[in-house]
Amino acid sequence: MNAGELRCVNLGKIYEGNNEALSSVNLNIPTKGIFSIIGRNGAGKTTLIRILATLLEPSSGSATINGLDIMEDADELRKKMAVVPQEGRPIPWLTPLQTVSSYLMWRGDSYRVSRRKADEALAMVELQEVSNRLNYKLSGGMRRKTLLAMVLASDAEIIFLDEPTTGLDPISRQVIWDLLIDIGKERFLFLTTHYLEEAEAVADSIGIFDEGSLLALGNMDDLRAGMRYQYSVKVSSDIDTSMIEGIVLKSHDEQSQILTTREEAMSLSNMLISQGVQFSMNPVTLDDIFYNIAGRDIDNDYEEYGGGRM
Amino acid sequence: MKRLWSQITASVLVNSIYQMKNYPVVLINTALSPISFLVLIFLVSDGALLGESILGGLIMAMFQGGIALQSDLSHLKNDFKLQDIVVSSPTNSRVYVAGMALSEIVYSSPALIILSILFVLTIHVSFLQIIGIVLILLMVFLSSVALSFALSTISTDIVQSHSFSRLITILFTSLAPVYYPVSLIPEALQPLAYLSPTTYAAQIAQHLAGLTQVSSEMFIFDWLVLLTFTTIFLWVGFRKARWRDI
Ligand SMILES: Nc1ncnc2c1ncn2[C@@H]1O[C@H](COP(=O)(O)OP(=O)(O)OP(=O)(O)O)[C@@H](O)[C@H]1O
Ligand SMILES: [Mg+2]
Repeated sequence: MNAGELRCVNLGKIYEGNNEALSSVNLNIPTKGIFSIIGRNGAGKTTLIRILATLLEPSSGSATINGLDIMEDADELRKKMAVVPQEGRPIPWLTPLQTVSSYLMWRGDSYRVSRRKADEALAMVELQEVSNRLNYKLSGGMRRKTLLAMVLASDAEIIFLDEPTTGLDPISRQVIWDLLIDIGKERFLFLTTHYLEEAEAVADSIGIFDEGSLLALGNMDDLRAGMRYQYSVKVSSDIDTSMIEGIVLKSHDEQSQILTTREEAMSLSNMLISQGVQFSMNPVTLDDIFYNIAGRDIDNDYEEYGGGRM
Repeated sequence: MKRLWSQITASVLVNSIYQMKNYPVVLINTALSPISFLVLIFLVSDGALLGESILGGLIMAMFQGGIALQSDLSHLKNDFKLQDIVVSSPTNSRVYVAGMALSEIVYSSPALIILSILFVLTIHVSFLQIIGIVLILLMVFLSSVALSFALSTISTDIVQSHSFSRLITILFTSLAPVYYPVSLIPEALQPLAYLSPTTYAAQIAQHLAGLTQVSSEMFIFDWLVLLTFTTIFLWVGFRKARWRDI
């Protein structure tokens, strides 16, 4: 049985005008917890999410979610899923309460039930104070939260969020992250983001996308395990790096970042300590991994990146 | 059944009731537009065409309701991504359109109520004739709804959608003799008027209301044409509508 997983087989999308947005994506992930895709602008994240959410037809290949085909069983799937589109905006002449409750009514709840659930969901995203103010009078972040409240209030088991925290301040973002983590305990969240720290903070597993292809997949440990150099040493003064095995990245503020193996990182730090040089040493972050996989000038070592692929 | 009712009510709330409640100015606007024409024709014809213009007002109100659906749906789809949000919910396209269409009737209800009162006060017809007229209004409405829905799902932005609306309005209401009998149009231009389904609708309604009479062959022919138009529009509308993008 395919139940309990999201599976894409050679999923491809070519838009009108021969614009290839997805090329033969193969993906197989469990439909629980939080899955996040990260990728640059135009990588194909929205295209993938819209295809999976039955909003857009693929040009080739197929996909199933919990055993239901996105083309053949769309009606069945639509009872179980909810989407917040990347450019979704609450309708200005409604209030957050009206926005959330009418959405729930489209999902089949009665007026009374929808009002109650909407109140609860708006409280969860801390909008209870403004729940009767017209949407056009809300700040950008409040509007984003209204849309989130909409899908959170629903009984959808599969939730697609296309860049859910764009435009939120750091504190609101943290609130949403906590909320997402909570929701992810009971339902499946599929989200896209540009914020690497967001994927790292909330996602159980991460897919790295570029130019319509899935380049890597897995949780942070898997992704790290796929890197030849799993440690990052940052040094603020100029040091001689010619003897070190690894990649040296120089930033504009004279900082050097050395990506290297665990052993090298250890001996390098011993050396830096004895020289009294300030430095920091950490396991590579998603940033490091992302830049190495999807960065413009991909190092040859990383082109053969194979870690964490399923 | 209960679920269906909720889904339809959601569309009516979002697209008319909440809008009227939160922006009361829209009420005045919808009440005014069919009635302003009526007043104009009434004055120009020295009161002779009062019946025709009331009927015309009703037909216009229904037709414009359908056309308004086009820009409303496009606006909701393109600016708020509402179509994405609804497509990925249990509401299907027919239920969505039905609810939105109903919302347009609710929206035009101020005009419809005023016109209906005028109608009852000035034109005396039997129950059967009223049924006939209601049927015609419904067919006009269905045609414009179907056409509107298809165009809205294809539209990608508001400018494009406005041009669609303008085009249909010019073709079907400005050129068509809805507020007055077709005989008032210069003979050379009459064939053009017969390209619009609203012409046939007006002719049947005027005949039923005991105003401008047509021969019984013409009367049957009018019904057939109107039915054909409605069927084609419904068929094309739902076939060409793009609920899921390609
Ligand atoms: N409707 C469309 N018609 C034609 N091309 C499109 C359409 N939508 C997207 N594309 C193209 O498909 C590619 C992928 O776009 P997509 O929106 O999926 O990227 P994304 O990863 O979501 O980017 P972003 O981070 O900017 O949101 C881009 O090259 C884009 O130009
Ligand atoms: Mg996108």
